[in-house]
Amino acid sequence: MSKKIELLVGAFLFAGIAAILMLGLKVADSQLGGSSESYKLVAKFSNIGGLKVRSSVKVGGVVVGRVASISLDEDFAPKVVMEIDTNFNQFPDSSSVAILTSGLLGEQFVGLTPGFVDEETEILADGDLIEDTRSAMVLEDLIGQFLYGNSED
Amino acid sequence: MLINTIQNLGRSGLSTIAGLGRAGAMLFGALKPSGRGFKLLPLLIKQLYVVGVQSLIIIVVSGLFIGMVLSLQGYTILVGYGAEQSLGQMVSLSLLRELGPVVSALLFAGRAGSALTAEIGLMKATEQLSSLEMMAIDPLHQIVAPRFWAGIISLPLLASIFSAVGIIGGHLVGVDWLGVDSGAFWSVMQSSVEWQEDIVNGGIKSIIFAIVVTWIALHKGYDAVPTSEGISKATTSTVVQSSLAILGVDFVLTAVMFG
Amino acid sequence: MNPADNIIEISAMNFSRDDRVIYNDINLSVPRGKVTAIMGPSGIGKTTLLRLIGGQIKPSSGSIKFNGEELVGINRKSLYKVRRKMGMLFQSGAMFTELSVFDNVAFPIREHTDLPESIIRKIVLMKLEAVGLRGAAQLFPSELSGGMARRAALARSIALDPDLIMYDEPFTGQDPISMGVIVRLIKELNDALGVTSIVVSHDVEEVLSIADYVYIIANKTVIAHGTPESLRQETSPQVIQFMQGRPDGPVPFHFPSDDYKEELFNHVN
Repeated sequence: MSKKIELLVGAFLFAGIAAILMLGLKVADSQLGGSSESYKLVAKFSNIGGLKVRSSVKVGGVVVGRVASISLDEDFAPKVVMEIDTNFNQFPDSSSVAILTSGLLGEQFVGLTPGFVDEETEILADGDLIEDTRSAMVLEDLIGQFLYGNSED
Repeated sequence: MLINTIQNLGRSGLSTIAGLGRAGAMLFGALKPSGRGFKLLPLLIKQLYVVGVQSLIIIVVSGLFIGMVLSLQGYTILVGYGAEQSLGQMVSLSLLRELGPVVSALLFAGRAGSALTAEIGLMKATEQLSSLEMMAIDPLHQIVAPRFWAGIISLPLLASIFSAVGIIGGHLVGVDWLGVDSGAFWSVMQSSVEWQEDIVNGGIKSIIFAIVVTWIALHKGYDAVPTSEGISKATTSTVVQSSLAILGVDFVLTAVMFG
Repeated sequence: MNPADNIIEISAMNFSRDDRVIYNDINLSVPRGKVTAIMGPSGIGKTTLLRLIGGQIKPSSGSIKFNGEELVGINRKSLYKVRRKMGMLFQSGAMFTELSVFDNVAFPIREHTDLPESIIRKIVLMKLEAVGLRGAAQLFPSELSGGMARRAALARSIALDPDLIMYDEPFTGQDPISMGVIVRLIKELNDALGVTSIVVSHDVEEVLSIADYVYIIANKTVIAHGTPESLRQETSPQVIQFMQGRPDGPVPFHFPSDDYKEELFNHVN
């Protein structure tokens, strides 16, 4: 009887841990334990729209990293620090980032477009600043532009 | 008349504070190291069986049905916006953030909490606790501590099982019955559910609920008036107070975690 | 009595619960190796006295000594050490319902010693044999009759060979046969094991047949004490009323009330 209880308790603990694993791997799709190495890139925008910490950074739709922090620079420009997986460490410094929206009203994310490579370009390393940025589309601005036809860019 | 009301208010306030004090002293006495760790392991296993394994069926069945209902309700709403692809996100987030921890804690209070109170109250009424005392064995270590740890270990596991089964139930209804695309179901879920934000926070919630429910249940039993009437009152008040405590604490935690 | 021969020495003890005084300046000593009975009407806190001796509750003032060691104000660790020398048979038996009779008796041995299982088994069987329940070792408490449960509990309370066994109302709710069995057991265990027994009871005849010394408690204090023979000669009306079970006497039959006629006929409403 005591043996049976031990078995059932063991099975219960096992089922519980299996459930946690399922939630972690299948539902959240997180790389458990694979706290993979990352490096930081910095970009300054004039407007980040609805971008949030932990929003994804994508290259052609593939997630390569996450937004680590958002702060205001001394000249009041929003500064976004991104953590990029070290598996993707070959971006040239001619790459550009833009804040994009998935779908019409979906979440905002950082889209990274790798630039051209020639003799003068260097590979982006930890802490480097990406110069070429495009800010978020703000729906109200777009409507304003459409109505009054005044372009600010 | 007014004086009486104020007196009663004061008296019940004082007795509430005294009850809290006794509950705190009980928990402190139970968790104080007893220096007989390995002798308590079989007791812990026994209690994991009583508290955890015996609550498993109600948790699995409820989780399955709640997941299925969520999926059914969510589908009829989402399909109005043509967004039935997001069904997986809706089902999984509501389960992981709220329903999993909260509903399993409520069920746990009804199933295991009331049983704990009744069992300890009965032990008190039949002088088993006194008899342990007289055998120079601290009932807080022998009886209360293993039940407390069993509750803390069991409830987070039960809540995870609840959420996992619920998501499977949601998949069953959403994908196999209502025809949402299976790939979309999982991928939308995966892109919106965060390990840290949702699963770990849900887990923290259910650990805190476990402390609250087990503590209330054990204290109510240990403090029960040792008569049949006293025990039945204590059992009822365990279920009522821990349910209210779960919902109140849940609001605070949600405000802190997701607010 | 020579104080060194007393296992329990209670002097000038007061105890009150909430605002109600239970004991007022009580003095009592229990001679070593004897059966001492504590008798008195129900509801006067005889069980409370045993709990005071066991250190489960603390007196408001006064002193309780066990083997010359003061129990009032003692720390928990020393108290637990002292309790290993005490056994207590509770009114309900207080068997652990989820353990078999064997495991119940083995429980204190397993908790307090590191003896190998084979020796524990022998000790347990010997204790069960002493109370005549060796055959019931594998039964569960729910399968025992009231008298058997009490005997099994007795086996458990002598498991660690205590110096003192306290019996809380051992005869209540027993049929005449099991009552006789328990009376005989108390006496036999006392003589065979050389322990000291305290029997709290209000069953006058049974107690007087085995007790060496008797205290009668009423009105919050000891009203009479002595050997059973000397108590039978006692002339105090309170003692006579209790010993002979008379309905009316110093302890009135009626709960304090207004005048009977007055209440029956002159009730204005």
